[in-house]
Amino acid sequence: MIDDAHAAPRRQAPGSAMTSEASMAAGSAAAPRLDLRLTVNGKERSLRLDPRVTLLDALREHLRLTGSKKGCDHGQCGACTVLVNGRRINACLTLAVMHEGDSVTTIEGLGTPEALHPMQAAFVRHDGFQCGYCTPGQICSSVAVLEEIRAGIPSHVTEDLERIEFGEAELRERMSGNICRCAAYPNIIEAIREVQEQGA
Amino acid sequence: MRAFTYERAESPAAAAAAVARNPEARFIAGGTNLLDLMKLEIEAPRHLVDVNRLGLDRIEETPEGGLRIGALVRNTDLAADPRVRRDYAVLSRALVAGASGQLRNKATTAGNLLQRTRCPYFYDPAMPCNKRRPGSGCGAIGGFSRNLGILGTSEHCIATHPSDMAVAMRALDAVVETIDAEGAARRIPIADFHTLPGDTPEIETVLRHGEFITAVTLPPPAGGIHLYRKVRDRASYAFASVSVAAVVHPGQGASGGGIASARLAFGGVAHKPWRVAEAEDRLADGGDAEAAAEAVLRGARPTGQNAYKLPLLRRTLAGVLAQARQGRGEDR
Repeated sequence: MIDDAHAAPRRQAPGSAMTSEASMAAGSAAAPRLDLRLTVNGKERSLRLDPRVTLLDALREHLRLTGSKKGCDHGQCGACTVLVNGRRINACLTLAVMHEGDSVTTIEGLGTPEALHPMQAAFVRHDGFQCGYCTPGQICSSVAVLEEIRAGIPSHVTEDLERIEFGEAELRERMSGNICRCAAYPNIIEAIREVQEQGA
Repeated sequence: MRAFTYERAESPAAAAAAVARNPEARFIAGGTNLLDLMKLEIEAPRHLVDVNRLGLDRIEETPEGGLRIGALVRNTDLAADPRVRRDYAVLSRALVAGASGQLRNKATTAGNLLQRTRCPYFYDPAMPCNKRRPGSGCGAIGGFSRNLGILGTSEHCIATHPSDMAVAMRALDAVVETIDAEGAARRIPIADFHTLPGDTPEIETVLRHGEFITAVTLPPPAGGIHLYRKVRDRASYAFASVSVAAVVHPGQGASGGGIASARLAFGGVAHKPWRVAEAEDRLADGGDAEAAAEAVLRGARPTGQNAYKLPLLRRTLAGVLAQARQGRGEDR
């Protein structure tokens, strides 16, 4: 099944910014669409997409997984952070067609309202958000950060490249690609620390 | 974003050929900078050649005892490689000083070398920029130039190269390996790889259209104390105002200056990583940080807004050398 064939036309609110795809249609003649298969949150999905569609737009506009958010659309805010083959990336800065065969995990795949991922539960417990817009990206990023520390990947604040000392400085540095304009940072850090300590 | 066609390359030579035959084609690797620019239509390729699946993502030892870093090795993987951490710590340090965790997971070795300047006038299509639209003028000269270049600039362009990685590679004397559409290989010392703006600021490297980077090689480990210090507006996730990559061998030297030899490269100040042999010679001859900085900054042409980079570079260099003399930093 081609998921995109079932995409309903979206209404454009008067005066609202065009979606990326509306602006594409208004631009130069589109190139032929390309077939793509990827695994999203454990499910195989097939899509036929204009090569310009980013992974973020494929998730949100074609697969209706709107948990991943579009903030800046330029890799600066981190709201679009998802895990691809287990690694966190900015879904806005990569083309969907570059991910043939890849496995993508979004916030919807980490946990469910009935069975939250430990990081989701910790964010709730520690009030690690206010408006919530950056939260899916913060949580996906946090989950990956703990993996990166476990894997021994150094950061800018790592004193000894051979041995990472877990602590607040490491978390703040490693989470610098996720902006929270409500400034919930102290509670985000508390949430991540709790999950790390539980897992230790 | 302008429409483009897309193909996945089957081999490095095929990738080079696919780009060479179309003047409006570009390689895409991590895409973190190219797509950013394509969304703004600052870059508008009509054809993209995806080079992500060519098996160029390995780091191998060379017969000479150095490392050959595949063009597609991600910044995270390069920084974390045990051999890089052990023998080329300045490179690990420079890599983790740049961008964010998400970007480093995607950004590649070759793409990092080829990233474009973050000059605000290059990024604003409403403003003149000789790099983006040759002949349109430079909005930065006389404009908002706080974070722009002070060395090797021209009357046409004062942009800086934004990479941290490349600055460390300059200190390490890395070599860029390429292949062209005919399959011919070439080895380009990193000193010669990036160009100065002159009157063609749109040209940033010596690569020809369709010439494809396959790897970057590092010579055998140089030992010494490795340091990368980056000064920026925020503590994290910001481009350098000034950065220094240093590989220093402390010792008595020629006249007891505490430094036997040093390799120093500077970021945030020029269109390419900046390295001045005379500065290193002065240190080896017993000169102090001020003497070395004077050689680095010879010919500097700051603007009113970025003249602060001169004392900042002097002090950053002095701090790095003081650390190295005390043996603080990665001792290799």
